[in-house]
Amino acid sequence: MTTSVRFRVLRVMLLAAFAVFFFGPLLAMLDFSTRGAGGGRSWDAWANLVQDPELRSAIVTSLLLAVFTVVLSLVLLVPTMIWVRLRVPWAGRLLESLCLLPLTIPALVIVVGITNVYQWVTYLLGDSALNLTFVYVVLVLPYAYRSLDSALSSIDAATLSEAARSLGAGWFTVIGRIIVPNIWTGVLSAAFISVALVLGEFTVASLLNYNNMQVVINLLGKSDANTSVAASLAALVFAFVLLMLLSFVGRSRRDAEGA
Amino acid sequence: MATVTYDHAERLYPGAERPAVDDFNLEIADGEFLVLVGPSGCGKSTSLRMLAGLEEVTSGSIRIGDRDVTNLPPKERDIAMVFQNYALYPHMTVGDNMAFSLKMAKVPKEQRMERVKEAAKLLDLEQYLERKPKALSGGQRQRVAMGRAIVRQPQVFCMDEPLSNLDAKLRVSTRTQIAALQQRLGVTTVYVTHDQVEAMTMGDRVAVLKDGVLQQADTPLNLYDKPANLFVAGFIGSPAMNLLAAHNVDGHAKIGDVEVPVDRSAASKAKGDITVGVRPEAWRIVGEGEGIPIKVNVVEELGADGFVYGSSGAEGTPDQVTIRIDGRRTHHKGDTIYVTTDPSNVHVFDTETGVRLS
Repeated sequence: MTTSVRFRVLRVMLLAAFAVFFFGPLLAMLDFSTRGAGGGRSWDAWANLVQDPELRSAIVTSLLLAVFTVVLSLVLLVPTMIWVRLRVPWAGRLLESLCLLPLTIPALVIVVGITNVYQWVTYLLGDSALNLTFVYVVLVLPYAYRSLDSALSSIDAATLSEAARSLGAGWFTVIGRIIVPNIWTGVLSAAFISVALVLGEFTVASLLNYNNMQVVINLLGKSDANTSVAASLAALVFAFVLLMLLSFVGRSRRDAEGA
Repeated sequence: MATVTYDHAERLYPGAERPAVDDFNLEIADGEFLVLVGPSGCGKSTSLRMLAGLEEVTSGSIRIGDRDVTNLPPKERDIAMVFQNYALYPHMTVGDNMAFSLKMAKVPKEQRMERVKEAAKLLDLEQYLERKPKALSGGQRQRVAMGRAIVRQPQVFCMDEPLSNLDAKLRVSTRTQIAALQQRLGVTTVYVTHDQVEAMTMGDRVAVLKDGVLQQADTPLNLYDKPANLFVAGFIGSPAMNLLAAHNVDGHAKIGDVEVPVDRSAASKAKGDITVGVRPEAWRIVGEGEGIPIKVNVVEELGADGFVYGSSGAEGTPDQVTIRIDGRRTHHKGDTIYVTTDPSNVHVFDTETGVRLS
């Protein structure tokens, strides 16, 4: 056997091992969730995803949470980061450490700390699982910050904004029409990664006693395992698709730069 | 109609001991092409950015025409800036890049298209209007940046080393194109460069800066013929002027053992030692023993003329003396030649203050 053939065999074996490791559990989940009561196949568990009122509302809640979290975190971060980069660069380090802080604090500690604040949130805004948006915005900050920061670093934001301002643009135009379109891929990847994170979040929601999708899946697991597994699989696949999209977005950006 | 006036303008960065631009006074006439030139860190770009509103003026004022723009934001100054790296918007087509300022000014679309087309024609960019900047060559991008400025029809063009990113050949041809274009449009232009050849060839007037202080502002020829101080003398001209340290003996400049004839009235003004400046072309080759002996180190033969780089043992002469020679007259490495000059061709400076005396 020549080296290249041996190398190819090794590659195929590694790929196969990885595929089994990766897809095995997923296929098992698919198999389990479609197993009928008296043997044979049944899609009842999957139908429950939309029919079971509790699960359905939890899925809707999680999707809404994802949307609100993305919107709020971007509205907060994008203008702040651009402004800091252009006007107060010395505050960049401070902003970075603030944004990365949630990474270093365990979710449990955040919950314990935030419970008192949340009593006020509940008091002011009413008791809704959507209140989780605020704490989720904090949780996604590090990831969103990283994506946006690398996108901003890849363009010469200072000169672009100077060029725009000397040609008659105000600050709003500079941010909206010049900088944001050029960091669009960073904005998208920040959004995707936030969605993936929110859809998978269990600890905070459970400890604050809100029913999001993960919490309900966990509850269902005790009464209706098939439906619980179906919901888990659906959530996993959704997150995979999002992350795949993310890597494609990243790749097209690199291609564009390489051209 | 727009003149530009710097009136005791100063830029002091927080925490800095010395202003980056210090008490800068300059009047630029309407339609004039003024070049700011100096070594890096001399404050030339800062001066330009102060005019553009991208850099704060810490004291003094700047006027465009009769309008005091010292505290106006850039968008209200009616200027257009061209940057060294062009700063084209990567997400817009060439046409949109050029139309940007008109869009900001809410010019109707037909008019916008018309003005962009006009500028594109002027700059030979018509077939590229639909392309993105990254699909253009460096020279084309440079022209788009020019076009973006022209389309705005501003009162003043501010150009910050717009040719520095081009290769040498393109730089020379673009240089003349920009100068011709400026003359045709008649728009007051302030142009920053570190390249003194660019400054001399393009500017109606050239302002030389050093350490944030304006040294001299004059026409290229006057700068060459009558540099105001040692710095300007050494900076303007290529190859540079020969600066020789001399003792002032009764109105004569004594370099080592050799006396160099200088303007007596100038030398008499000096209190201490003087520095004598001689352009490479002002040397005359004379017979053996008559002038300063120069040992030839390198000969550059350029055809039309040539340069001899040599050294003289005489005290006060620099390591290298440059002499322009007739291109057909050959000197060889290792030869010793004797040179002298005429008093009218000698620049005399006070060594201590650097000020011109002649």
